[in-house]
Amino acid sequence: MGVPIIERPYIIITKMLSKLTFFILLSFLLSEFSLAEDTNTSEKKSSFTEIVTGLTTKNFDEKAAIIKEIQQSEHPRSLTILAKLLDGKIYYKKDDKMIVIVDFKGKIANIINASTGDLLGEMPKNKLKKVGINNKLRRALNLSIAQLSLADKSEKVRKSAAVEMFKNMNDETSSILKKRLTVEKNKDVISALKTAISINQLNSPIHENKLDAIKSLSNSLYPEVRVALRDLEKDLSNKTLTPSSQILTQEIQAALKKIESSVGIYKQIENIFFGISLGSVLLLVAIGLAITFGVMGVINMAHGEMLMLGAYTTYIVQQLLPNHVEYSILISIPTAFVFTGLVGIGIERGVIRFLYGRPLETLLATFGISLILQQAVRTLISPQNRAVYTPDWMSGSLEINPALSLTYNRLYIIIFALLVLAGLMMLLNKSKFGLQVRAVTQNRTMAKAMGIRTDWVDAFTFGLGSGIAGIAGVALSQLTNVGPNLGQAYIIDSFMVVVFGGVGNLWGTLFGAMTLGIANKYLEPVTGAVLAKIIVLVFIILFIQKRPRGMFALKGRSVDN
Amino acid sequence: MKKLSLWSVLCVAMISWSSSAFSDTIKIGVLHSLSGTMAISETTLKDTVLMMIEEQNKAGGLLGKQLEAVVVDPASDWPLFAEKMRELVEVHKVDVIFGCWTSVSRKSVLPVVEELNGLLFYPVQYEGEESSKNVFYTGAAPNQQAIPAVDYLMGAGVERWVLAGTDYVYPRTTNKILESYLKLKGVSEKDIMINYTPFGHSDWQTIVSDIKQFGSAGKKTAVVSTVNGDANVPFYKELGNQGVSAEDIPVIAFSVGEEELSGIDTAPLVGHLAAWNYFQSAESEENDKFIEAWQTFIGDEERVTNDPMEATYIGFKMWAQAVTDAGTTEVDKVRPAMYGLEVPNLTGGTAVMNTNHHLSKPVLIGEIQDDGQFEIVWSTDGEVKGDAWTDYLPESALIVSDWADPAINCGNYNTDTKKCSGQNF
Repeated sequence: MGVPIIERPYIIITKMLSKLTFFILLSFLLSEFSLAEDTNTSEKKSSFTEIVTGLTTKNFDEKAAIIKEIQQSEHPRSLTILAKLLDGKIYYKKDDKMIVIVDFKGKIANIINASTGDLLGEMPKNKLKKVGINNKLRRALNLSIAQLSLADKSEKVRKSAAVEMFKNMNDETSSILKKRLTVEKNKDVISALKTAISINQLNSPIHENKLDAIKSLSNSLYPEVRVALRDLEKDLSNKTLTPSSQILTQEIQAALKKIESSVGIYKQIENIFFGISLGSVLLLVAIGLAITFGVMGVINMAHGEMLMLGAYTTYIVQQLLPNHVEYSILISIPTAFVFTGLVGIGIERGVIRFLYGRPLETLLATFGISLILQQAVRTLISPQNRAVYTPDWMSGSLEINPALSLTYNRLYIIIFALLVLAGLMMLLNKSKFGLQVRAVTQNRTMAKAMGIRTDWVDAFTFGLGSGIAGIAGVALSQLTNVGPNLGQAYIIDSFMVVVFGGVGNLWGTLFGAMTLGIANKYLEPVTGAVLAKIIVLVFIILFIQKRPRGMFALKGRSVDN
Repeated sequence: MKKLSLWSVLCVAMISWSSSAFSDTIKIGVLHSLSGTMAISETTLKDTVLMMIEEQNKAGGLLGKQLEAVVVDPASDWPLFAEKMRELVEVHKVDVIFGCWTSVSRKSVLPVVEELNGLLFYPVQYEGEESSKNVFYTGAAPNQQAIPAVDYLMGAGVERWVLAGTDYVYPRTTNKILESYLKLKGVSEKDIMINYTPFGHSDWQTIVSDIKQFGSAGKKTAVVSTVNGDANVPFYKELGNQGVSAEDIPVIAFSVGEEELSGIDTAPLVGHLAAWNYFQSAESEENDKFIEAWQTFIGDEERVTNDPMEATYIGFKMWAQAVTDAGTTEVDKVRPAMYGLEVPNLTGGTAVMNTNHHLSKPVLIGEIQDDGQFEIVWSTDGEVKGDAWTDYLPESALIVSDWADPAINCGNYNTDTKKCSGQNF
């Protein structure tokens, strides 16, 4: 009662001091201890170095044996070495064959002695040779690393280690996992460990154990579980029928049915996600065209090249900021908008403004521009595709459960596409510039009479459309090749979306993009990718016969014409 | 009037001068696209031929004459290939042509090169089923790339197969051959999944998800990819993002080489495979020399080499040797001199030109590393003889090609009916 909870400072200090002395004493004792042991383990240590040095061999089977040895040595550096080997960071010095961990800065590497962890300074790349690995070794490494990292600090690592173990369950690994289970606290990791143990339990000779295992596995969505269950089912069907095996078979079939029905549901969700993500890519590439073609009525064949220029802007920004790959994408977005926007304004002022009202000539002129831009990129930069790096936060996938994971790059692009659409709508509907654009679109003469500089509005509208295409190009650089032909691949799709959705209507573009995306994804598994595209195209042609102005028709200049 | 005659005299003088100038050099035609879609791959081969010519000229040329390159640009336009071929042979009077990449461009020049009795060296891996009198195929036939690749994967325990390809002639033919080969090896129909995608396909979500599902049936699965160059990047990216790693489902590709990898972020590709007759990482003295010469010629220390470049290198060396042996550049004399010629290939052994106009070369399997190079994980014991007509399609198994044997002397001799079919190639 009434005692302050906060201790007085001096008490804290004395407490800390006492703790400190304890630690000092302890560490002193320990060091004494380790000194005593050092003489014993010096032999062991050098032999660990010897084992590691064995990695210089060219023979992959020998390497596999060495990996096993490193894992079993229980040496504190085993995990580091194996992880670095998997990463491709293990090299050896050409002169004395010492195995080192490298960290490249250009052609110079900082090297660390792999078996001791001592820093050895810098070394040029040509004096080092990489320890190559193949897929078999990668599998072995993954398994060894998984066993070593079951006690890792991070829950995520522990869980994926447990999942990795699914592939290689036997009584030995099962007992390791059981030991781990007694100390594990995290719920997810526990469930993964239990699943692994149950997979092994399927092979137990005792009938009840098998039944238990099947029951506990019947909620698991991991593909390895289904494989294990099917294997057991096949096993049983090959043996003579006994009452107990009959029960087992029934149980397995029930479990599999249950699992597969929920996998089927997730498969549907995944398919819809695929459709939306394809739709949002279509939305992004078409939305710029919805402005230049939809609002202004210019058949802009160079639209694809605006996408390409945007993608190249990403490449150039990454080249200029080689140490900031993580953020370069974010910087590229405004840069690409401004750059392609300016190019767009240039094209409008230089060519298109002389051709208003002459759609055929506009088509040919913009097609010519598109060829010029492509060849310019080929000559100025390179005919080769350029490497645009994906930042870490955009790679990999968000795992919702073992049967459903959504890839991050697609998720971000869906969000990004919707943001761009929302931003554009705001601009067109709420700003003065938007008002002028709409005014010019609806009645050019009247707008002119009201004092709007229609030619500048035209230029900026075209610039806006091109700038948005540039932004879309930044997004595309994360999905596909950045090369001179990038635009060609998307021009047809974007015209399809705009025409289908309704010329001159952004909602129509959204609707068109999503419909085509989802339709495509539902057709693809049935008909194959090639036929799916054709069917969609035929559908649009038929649709245009019925509704020539698309889904959502709007009054505008193109209507007046 | 006087003025005119003066001009005509001048013109005649010019023409005779130029024609005399041309007899002083040996002309080599280079028929690779320098613009359009295929420029990405073909410009490299143009540069390779130019480098070889420069080297040959430094070494004194051929038959005491200097070599001169005539470079034309067929602009990735297939009919234009035929026109440019005609231009090279009829107008420029070239003695040999190095060119073409896609099968459709080769098919387009075939009638022209046969009509004019030209000599074409074709340096790219292709679907086979062809052997023309006027073409030497220095790239791989299916039995020098696809079949060994499948053998390798079978050795690694693969039981389920996805054959994924772009929808055009090369993947269709190759997959047909592979399918019948797999069935011959006892793989059942339901363990083979065949999938075609359009050119430049970029939305691989559904297909990768299907492959993932196909691969989770418990049997080890691999993808044999004849996906055309450009569509590969999004394909591999999607594989990486959906968590399909090379350890689980390896993808073996026939058209992804060092050059293609230099244009992409290789992180998601590590561990996937490729089958070629050459990798830059092959260790041999010839290869070190070749890489150094190439990087100096192009002025870029980071520039990579690839398999079609080696094929061009071998083709050029062989042609130069054949011309020296024949003592002339005349096609009808050079052609027989080619048979049995041996040229050291860049991976160590020797390449031999066979009488079916295909090479004997070793086959290598490499795994992609994070630096965009390949780690060679497997190779055939010796050289594999290129087979113009595959043994794994019933309609082709009976057909052989031999241009040296007087009893056959054609590109498609049916061993059953003992006759050559009507077509020329």
